[in-house]
Amino acid sequence: MATSNFSADAFDPVDQHQQTHGITRPSRSYWQDAWIRLKANRRALYSLYLITGLVIFTFAGPMVWQVNPDLQDVDQISQPPGADRTVTLVEPFQPWYGNPATPGEGLRFAGPATTQGVQLQWDPIPGASGYRIYRNIYPVGAEKAYGLPLKENRADQTYFQDRLDLKPQTYFYSVVALNVAGEELPNALSLAGQLTRVITANEARRRNLLLPDEPAISGDTLTLALHPLGTDYLGRDMLSRLMHGARVSLFIGFFAPILFVLFGVAYGSAAGFMGGVSDQVLMRFADFVVALPFLLFMILFKVIFAVGPGESGIAPMLVAMVLLLWPATARLVRGQVLQIREEGYIDASRLLGAKTHYLIMRHMIPNTMGVILVTLTFAVPSAIFTEAFLSFIGMGVAPPTPSWGSMCNEGIKTMLTTPHELFFPALFISATVLAFNLLGDGLRDALDARMRNRD
Amino acid sequence: MTRYILKRLLQGILTVWFIATATFFAMHAVPGDPLSGDKAMTERIRANLEAKYGLDKPLMTQYGIYLKNIAQGDFGISFTQENRKVNDIIREHFPVSATLGILAILFAGVGGILWGALTALYRNRLPDTIIMFLVILGISVPSFVVAALGQLSMVNLNTFAGFSILPIGGWGTIWHMIVPSMVLGLSTMAYLTRLMRSSMLEIINSDFVRTAKAKGLPATRIFSQHQLRNAILPVITVLGPSIAAITTGGFVVEIIFAIPGLGRYFVEAVQQLDYTVIMGTTVFYGAFLVFMVILVDILYGYVDPRVRVS
Amino acid sequence: MNNRHPRNENEPSFTQSAARQLLMLAAGAVVALVALMWLLQALASLVGSSTTAANAVDVQNNSITIAISTEPPQLNSTLATDASSGMILGHVMEGLLRMSMDDQLEPGIAERWEVTETQAKFWLRDNAKWSDGVAVTAHDFIFAWKTALKPETASEYAFLLYPIKNARAVNEGTIGLDQLGVYAPDDLTLIIDLERPVAFFDKMVTFQTYFPLREDFYLQTAGRYGADAQEMLYTGPFVITSWVHGASLLLERNPYYWDQAQINLSTINVGYITADATARLNFFKDQRIAETVLLAENLQEALKQRWHIRREQDGTLFFLEFNHRPSRSTRNYHLRRAIQLVVDMEELVYKVTKLPGYVPGESLFPAWLPGVEGKFREEFPAPKLQLNHQQALEHLALAKQELGLQDIPPLALLAGDSAVADIQSEWLQAVLKTKLGLEIKIDKQIFKQRLAKMTSGDFDMVLAGWGPDYDDPLTFGDLFASWNLNNRGRYNNPDMDQLVSVAQNSVDAATRMQAFSDIQQLAFDDIVLLPMYERGVTYVIHPKLKNVKRRVIGADVDFTRAYIDPEGV
Repeated sequence: MATSNFSADAFDPVDQHQQTHGITRPSRSYWQDAWIRLKANRRALYSLYLITGLVIFTFAGPMVWQVNPDLQDVDQISQPPGADRTVTLVEPFQPWYGNPATPGEGLRFAGPATTQGVQLQWDPIPGASGYRIYRNIYPVGAEKAYGLPLKENRADQTYFQDRLDLKPQTYFYSVVALNVAGEELPNALSLAGQLTRVITANEARRRNLLLPDEPAISGDTLTLALHPLGTDYLGRDMLSRLMHGARVSLFIGFFAPILFVLFGVAYGSAAGFMGGVSDQVLMRFADFVVALPFLLFMILFKVIFAVGPGESGIAPMLVAMVLLLWPATARLVRGQVLQIREEGYIDASRLLGAKTHYLIMRHMIPNTMGVILVTLTFAVPSAIFTEAFLSFIGMGVAPPTPSWGSMCNEGIKTMLTTPHELFFPALFISATVLAFNLLGDGLRDALDARMRNRD
Repeated sequence: MTRYILKRLLQGILTVWFIATATFFAMHAVPGDPLSGDKAMTERIRANLEAKYGLDKPLMTQYGIYLKNIAQGDFGISFTQENRKVNDIIREHFPVSATLGILAILFAGVGGILWGALTALYRNRLPDTIIMFLVILGISVPSFVVAALGQLSMVNLNTFAGFSILPIGGWGTIWHMIVPSMVLGLSTMAYLTRLMRSSMLEIINSDFVRTAKAKGLPATRIFSQHQLRNAILPVITVLGPSIAAITTGGFVVEIIFAIPGLGRYFVEAVQQLDYTVIMGTTVFYGAFLVFMVILVDILYGYVDPRVRVS
Repeated sequence: MNNRHPRNENEPSFTQSAARQLLMLAAGAVVALVALMWLLQALASLVGSSTTAANAVDVQNNSITIAISTEPPQLNSTLATDASSGMILGHVMEGLLRMSMDDQLEPGIAERWEVTETQAKFWLRDNAKWSDGVAVTAHDFIFAWKTALKPETASEYAFLLYPIKNARAVNEGTIGLDQLGVYAPDDLTLIIDLERPVAFFDKMVTFQTYFPLREDFYLQTAGRYGADAQEMLYTGPFVITSWVHGASLLLERNPYYWDQAQINLSTINVGYITADATARLNFFKDQRIAETVLLAENLQEALKQRWHIRREQDGTLFFLEFNHRPSRSTRNYHLRRAIQLVVDMEELVYKVTKLPGYVPGESLFPAWLPGVEGKFREEFPAPKLQLNHQQALEHLALAKQELGLQDIPPLALLAGDSAVADIQSEWLQAVLKTKLGLEIKIDKQIFKQRLAKMTSGDFDMVLAGWGPDYDDPLTFGDLFASWNLNNRGRYNNPDMDQLVSVAQNSVDAATRMQAFSDIQQLAFDDIVLLPMYERGVTYVIHPKLKNVKRRVIGADVDFTRAYIDPEGV
């Protein structure tokens, strides 16, 4: 029979640090592991680059592109990117009261047609007791849609100077005779002409297009300031406004979600973990906060923070968001914690003497990370849009502070005519949202405890 | 169960009281005056108006009177719609907002669950990529842009077709509801898609699904009984608050589609500082919300036995 | 690398079966949704908030559909102050007199009238009836005016009745209602004692505050008069047959209206209520409504659609109001003068607001106001302002000297919450910064907070607008009298007060207009305000709809005389 070869020392406890079986790979902490997996996720990495790019755009951009975002250029209002920027020097504007001696017949230009003004002169139409002057950007057809009615003149005023929103393009002018009752007669005079963009010497000097000592010769051509992404409704540089607007939008879009999601996570996991009466009380308080009217409290915070004239009013917006928007996250996290609390590994961990703190940090948070990150990535656009919505109802950041949301709000109105005013801010919002979503996805995969060690 | 519900309802009433109190004092702390108008009024008229609305009494007395009135279900008379009771405003306009909101939530919920489940099934493959791209597009455009674009494309579609396919505004028939509720539900749908996808992915990896597969359960049963049912849980949790957000957040859609909903009245009331309408709508929505949360909690317990109330 | 998630890839059949299930679920959900929508529609129809969908112009039923931007708060004519109430009331009510299509005074319920320095007398026609068939009597007017003046009514427009003898005292509660100077010797004669001579009293009675109310019906509504369609009686060409709050109003022809021959339309359906101008443009484009206003950003689309675009002045003046309170630096004449000399209102109108209806502001008195015979501004042209940067800088230096300051402290510019206010305040800020180096802080406030700040004087400059209450220059002329509560900047100048008194108390047109001319000059010289622009409307109307009238005072837009021309293109 076999004899026992056991020696007594075989029953001694093994030294903890003693190599037993060879472990095939080094043990990594949760965070190390997460980082490695994040780095392996290409989409997440690109999104990190994109976010870095946005941050650089926001903070370093204005140093490179040193254009004042509030500087208005009334000669380049709502200019799309890449538009022609040549401009001709002219004499300062002078009021003009007609010149019947203008050569020509019918309706004619009494001077060069420029963006400074278009002087129209016409021969009296027999039987007219007044005239209505129209302008169109399309040729007038048989339907007699003459275009924009610019002015009504008495019968003795056979001239008109158009100055309304002139662009360097072709206009079709019509002068329609009116009868005594002010109704339009069938006969109309018409004229088409291409306008040249002009600027006065004073204006050119003010905008540094001409040096102070440089002589201004009428007829010379200059080049207007460059606006790579075009201009907005007041001729302000879109690129510069986007850079400065990013400060508001990214600030709101980044800090508000981080703060209220963090608070919501802490609150929700506390409630879920404690359970019982504390849970009930905490959750009823969350219900209470959810029901408070956001708009009213934002106005109130504006008052409490004493937001004076000229201040953008971002702070009260941020505070209102943080204080009022956390309950959704809290409810979500609480729900998750309630589920996880019942899992076997929690019981096991608890039996092994794990403390609450350890349980939360080690098990609860990693296991709820997926849901938290989705919430967080969605909180980013929703915070940006809350700001945009406030702009829509006129309660957003105070002018002239730009924000992507308010730029979208302005842009939506001119969406059909100058789409770039909507497109660029919307593009930046989308890029931000996309970046945070992909990063969120990557982080979810990386941080989710259940994804660990799957590779 | 009955005891639990009763207890929750009692707590709910307490919550609503807190909401009413906080809103009441916040509202009175905001500078401005509900009675003022574009044209100035004499002291005499102002005193008469204040007497008419009971604003001449001390704030605490007003609060007392107000509490007594809401306890009796009377929200008072609007300051801006001078002869209308706030109760009437809520009664006439809440059903509209609620209909719009419910439809939007359903569009969002059904869409979100379906798309989410689909993307999880086809993870990292073409359907996933396409849907997630659309989802990101859906959430990266502000609601007023979506609403304006939605209306504009409907106009163009109608013009192109030469007849009215769907109305582009107004309210009354189911045809009026389709475009606005889809517009309203879009961002929530995107959100739920994401949530559903991530929750579904977790479930797919979980032990009980593996066990179910191992013991040879048919795929259909695994999918519907185990995966879908469990993955819907977090989605339901956020649905509660989303309902409130959607029914109150319909302002933009209500304005653009000319829908007589309560959201419009509420935003205008805040801007006009219409005390009674602010209070009425806040308390009403607060109560509605608290009720929804209770409902969702009960529902949650039903769907997930682990958190079933004991 | 890619086998991190192997579970799906190696189970294609599972995925397919799951996808099939999802598809079935989706189909089920769609069916359920449709069923639910029917149910909701049925439920919603019980409560009743719905739009009656119709075409913009319905030739067969002789009806039109229009949209309004805001709902009338209520339609009690003694309380109404806003534009949408005025618009609806103008269609359903008629007063003693009315304004014709060419803006002349014409008989309404009164067939003739007579105004002297001390008394006004109206003879009512015997065929004027309420919408329930009861005759309109002089007592209905007396009751309405007494109701408006009763202190408990707290009518904000009661001041418009002050030309009536003792009206002010009655309104302030110092004497009884029976002391009001109005009498009805018989049912069809109305005599009004005037407090003081009012040259334009006959024009004032066209205004809504002077509309009649019938006592028995009014009392029966128990304070809800005008809150709903059935809580009102009508004297005008149309009656409201249905009023769905927030959604629609249906105006139908009033069979008891005395002047049927003038009325053509059978129904005006106010089918949509939305403040969003772009939405209204979409409704117009979709042939849902017959009229809509165009904003600058919609003009190109309107041109592209080949619509017939029209424009009209709406009578409102927008101006920059200065705070003249002693603590404010804007009280300094030279500072205001410097600002006046650099702000180019033509640039504002031509480059910033960009709408053809707008006219650069030159005077406190808009161009449409009547003068002695023709237009006031043609008889008394506004002083011409010559912009001058150099002079402005000199005045600025003087201002700093007088104020004893190195730099002018930042000026607070109070502005409203509309997009238009944003643009204008941003523009003004940039102009004053570049031309004068002045620091402007824009204080953007929502309506009630802006009013609170205007009343308490918490501003240096404010973007303000003033719409006329009646058809006489006085509606603008008394704005800066020291006693006027609408004088938010507290401008206080005995010369101004003197001129306003003259204009208020004289009946001689020439004297009054001279006084207004002096006010115009004083406002310019002392830079009491800076007129920015006279607002206009640019709008489009359905080609089949004719004879639509835009009004400065009263119902705007006025469809009462409109008709449908089936051949219109």
